[in-house]
Amino acid sequence: MINIHEVVETNKMIEKENLDVRTITLGISLLDCADSDTDVFCDRVYKKITTVAKDLVKTGREIEKKYAIPIVNKRISVTPAAIAGAGACRTSKDFVKFAKTLDAAAKETGVNFIGGFSALVQKGMTTADELLIRSIPEALASTDRVCSSVNLGSTKTGINMDAVRLMGEIIKETAEMTAENDSMGCAKLVVFCNAPDDNPFMAGAFHGVSEADAVINVGVSGPGVVKTALEQVRGESFEVLCETIKKTAFKITRVGQLVAKEASEMLGVPFGIIDLSLAPTPAIGDSVADILCECGLESAGAPGTTAALAMLNDQVKKGGIMASSYVGGLSGAFIPVSEDQGMIDAVLRGSLTLEKLEAMTCVCSVGLDMIAVPGDTTAVSISGIIADEMAIGMVNQKTTAVRLIPAAGKAVGDQVEFGGLLGRAPVMPVNTFDCSAFIGRKGRIPAPVHSFKN
Amino acid sequence: MEKTIITVVGKDTVGIIAKVCTYLAGNNINILDISQTIVQDYFNMMMIVDLNGSEKSFDSVSDELAQIGSEIGVVIKCQREEIFNSMHRV
Repeated sequence: MINIHEVVETNKMIEKENLDVRTITLGISLLDCADSDTDVFCDRVYKKITTVAKDLVKTGREIEKKYAIPIVNKRISVTPAAIAGAGACRTSKDFVKFAKTLDAAAKETGVNFIGGFSALVQKGMTTADELLIRSIPEALASTDRVCSSVNLGSTKTGINMDAVRLMGEIIKETAEMTAENDSMGCAKLVVFCNAPDDNPFMAGAFHGVSEADAVINVGVSGPGVVKTALEQVRGESFEVLCETIKKTAFKITRVGQLVAKEASEMLGVPFGIIDLSLAPTPAIGDSVADILCECGLESAGAPGTTAALAMLNDQVKKGGIMASSYVGGLSGAFIPVSEDQGMIDAVLRGSLTLEKLEAMTCVCSVGLDMIAVPGDTTAVSISGIIADEMAIGMVNQKTTAVRLIPAAGKAVGDQVEFGGLLGRAPVMPVNTFDCSAFIGRKGRIPAPVHSFKN
Repeated sequence: MEKTIITVVGKDTVGIIAKVCTYLAGNNINILDISQTIVQDYFNMMMIVDLNGSEKSFDSVSDELAQIGSEIGVVIKCQREEIFNSMHRV
């Protein structure tokens, strides 16, 4: 039988160390909503989402009460909009209308974000893909809860450099259209290489076309729990350090698995995957950077950071994999800047640069995340940064992503402030040497040699 | 049997266990196990109970015990047993 020490340990994690379930994300296919008429299509989309997800928020609250564990976000992901809306949307305005429908459905169901205003263009763009991408700035500026993502490359297909070039411009335009909110639109827009079909985390969640009609994916969290556990093993060997991370990750993930199973049964929707990510929040003590410091670094970004992060990421996976029957999504440590107080502090004290963050993305999920850069950064430079990050993902057969905020009207030394889970970010300097002749080339970067496995 | 874990955390004072047990008895809730410890000067009590015999739902028991807790200055929490089994048993 359960003993009091186990009960006290679990409740301490929840009450003092910010243990929570970060998100229950309900994936919904919109493929059966297709119609050639935009109004009919949008009507069907609204009805389908508000029917399938009608009890999502209520169910989440019931589970929270039953186990006294916070479930921070209840969210929805849908089929990539460029695929679902290809028949109905003939102009970018039509896609904006589609985005507004998603926003209205999110508000009706009470979820805080809906993901899937997305296009998968790793090899080429259809007309609908391009129309959707061009509608992103207006779609994000005229909605509150819609998140957008674009997959620009994969290990199998290479990198679509035409789309990389276009996304540099789209990110700039989104920043300018949402300038009055510190370019908030860019916090809801992410580009990927090797985007997973079952990621429950925003802004990159979408419901892949190979998924069932509806599915429950759960993202766990718990940087604070890992950090507290590591405080007990200061000065011990790497073996002890790694074992401690693994055991803690196991415990965290088991809670996610329980919540996912429960939500799946209560909603009558199949369970998909658990995403084993250490997702930080701006709350004090809920920081991945703090774990790196607890491993023995003075500040995130110090020499040794990439190695510490690689070790952390691997141990989280090793501990989590046994705790869940299905693991998927991104599954690793997130290293966003604005959403992690330890990262923010590291940038402000000068120990963490964009280039170091890029190195860190080679060994963790996901990528350059929630980083504010000067408003006068050119679209070409943003495309160059994206291309670098896509190349890391492509060659290392992993997911990488870029979510940059070229904060309109702001320069190094300023801050952007999003509030809530999105936090705040100091504007970081960008290498200003020109890459326009490289980014200006047409076509694709071919897939790397090690992708030819057949 | 669906077991529920009740935890009581707060400054030690006379009659905490009596209050909680009176409520449980009054609602036909059977106590299967009870233990207590002091963690960092705080009184921690855990009870494993069976709600099956009670007419009240988990939700109302949880709310009413939380209310009793706030009256006597301690935090009383009800959680289904599965969260602890998941976390601490392979």
